Amino acid sequence: MIPAIQMDGLCLRFNDGTELFNDLTFTAEAGKCTCVLGPSGCGKSTLLRLLSGSQDFVTEGSMTFVPQPRRSHCCAWMGQNDLLLPWLNLLDNVLLGFKLRNELTEELRHQAKLLLAEAGLQGYESSLPGALSGGMRQRGALLRTLMEDRPILLMDEPFSALDSLTRLKLQNLSSRMTAGATVLLVTHDVMEALRMAHRIIVLDGAPARIKADIFLQGQPPRSPEAAEVVKHYGPLLAELLDEGIS
Amino acid sequence: MTFWRLIIIGAGLALLWQALVLLTGVPRYILPGPLPVALAFYEHFPTLLLHLKTTFSEIVLGLFLGTLLGSSCALTMIISPLLKRWMLPVLVISQAIPVFALAPILVLWFGYGMASKVAMAVLIIFFPVTASFYQGMRRAEPDLLELARIMGGHPVRILRYIIIPSALPAFGSGLRVATAVAPIGAVVGEWVGSSSGLGFYMLHANARMQIDVMFAALALLSIVSLLVYFSVDYLLDKLIYWESTKGITP
Repeated sequence: MIPAIQMDGLCLRFNDGTELFNDLTFTAEAGKCTCVLGPSGCGKSTLLRLLSGSQDFVTEGSMTFVPQPRRSHCCAWMGQNDLLLPWLNLLDNVLLGFKLRNELTEELRHQAKLLLAEAGLQGYESSLPGALSGGMRQRGALLRTLMEDRPILLMDEPFSALDSLTRLKLQNLSSRMTAGATVLLVTHDVMEALRMAHRIIVLDGAPARIKADIFLQGQPPRSPEAAEVVKHYGPLLAELLDEGIS
Repeated sequence: MTFWRLIIIGAGLALLWQALVLLTGVPRYILPGPLPVALAFYEHFPTLLLHLKTTFSEIVLGLFLGTLLGSSCALTMIISPLLKRWMLPVLVISQAIPVFALAPILVLWFGYGMASKVAMAVLIIFFPVTASFYQGMRRAEPDLLELARIMGGHPVRILRYIIIPSALPAFGSGLRVATAVAPIGAVVGEWVGSSSGLGFYMLHANARMQIDVMFAALALLSIVSLLVYFSVDYLLDKLIYWESTKGITP
C-alpha cells in the first residue's frame, strides 16, 4: 500500500538558534504529487533531506509515513544534479541501486532497457554520461529513481538545470511515469508546480509557515494553457514576488 | 605527433650541447660532445643493456610494490577512521626524513642486491601514491554518497562503485609523479652500494674517466624513464576512460 507523508507540528532548530520550521503541519496524500513551492532558503530542500533520513535534528513534532512501509528504505531521491556516475554507462547508472545492494538480475536489466526505450534513450544504453546531453542525463536520473520502485519519491528541483523546452518534455515524462506514487516535489518554478502537482503548498517566512495550500483539479501533467494552470499562475507568481523573489 | 615533438626536442638539445662544447672548448673528459657519447653508446650497448635489466627491474618492481602498499594504506585509512588517526601522523613524520639519507641504511639492511634499491624506490613512491589516493577518496561527491545511502547500498559496494572510481583521477596524478621519481630511487640506491645497474655502471665509468660512457648510461636511463612514464600514462588513460568522453555531447 502506498503511504502518505504526515508532518505534525514539525519544529526544526539549528545549533545557533535559527528556526527553519515552527509547527509545520501537513499531509502529502498517498499516491499524489504534492509540490512545495517557496523562495530559496525557506527550508524546502531541508524538508526533503529530513524525510530521506539524512539530517536528524528535528526538535519537536513528528514526520511519519502512514501506513509505515515494511521496507526500511522506502524513499527514492532525485536532485537538481543528475548524479550519474561518469564511469558507468547509462544502463548501469539506471541500475545503480541494484548494483549497490548486490541485487542485480537479468530481469531487472531487461526492465531497465524497456524503460530506457520508453524514455527515448534506446541505443544509448552503453553510452557514458559524459557523452550525453543534459536532458538525456536527467532522463537517466529519472529512470534510475523510477527503477528503485519505491512508494515515495522525493524530488528536489529535478529539472531546474535544464533549458525550458527540455524541462517541459521531462515534466510530462516524469508525471506520466511517477503516477500512483507519493511524490513530494520541491521547486521554485510556479509553472512546474502547476503542471505536475495535485496540490501546491506555498512556504514562506522564517521560520517557514504554510502561506497557501492549493488543491488543483484534473490530472497532471497539465498543459501550460490548461484552465487550472492559467487560473493559478498569476496569483501564485504575485504571491511569491511579494516575498521579494526576483 | 608527440613522438615527432620528442625527436625534435631531442635533436634541438643535442645541437645546443654540441654548440656549448664547441664554443667553450671544454675538454672531452669534462664534457664530451653528443657524437662521442653516441659512439660510446654504440660500443658499450651490450654491457649497458645488461645493467639496464637490473635498473629496469628495480624501477618496475619498486613502482608495483610502492603502488600496492600506497593504495592499501590509503584504503585502510578510508575504511577505518581509528587507524587513520594513528597512521596519518606517522605518514607525515615519515616524509620529514630525507629518503636519500636512508640509502646507506637500506643497503646495510637489505644487502647489495636488488632488494635495497627496490626498497628505496618503494619509499619514494609510497607517499605520493598514498596521499593522492586518500585525498581522492575523501573528496568523493557527498551528494553521490547521500544517494547511495538512500538507495540502501552496501558499504563495500559503495567503496567499489563510487569512492574508489571517484579517487582515480587524483590517484593518477600521484602515480604519474611517483613514476617520474622512481628511477631516482633506484639509481641512488645503486650509487650507495651495488654490483650491477646503470647507476653502478656510471660510477664505474666515472672512476675510469670514461665520461662519454657515463653520459651514454645517463641517456639510456632517461630513455627508459620516459618509456616507463609514458606506459604508465597510457595505462592510466585506459583506466580512467571516462575522462576522455567529457564534453562530447550529441
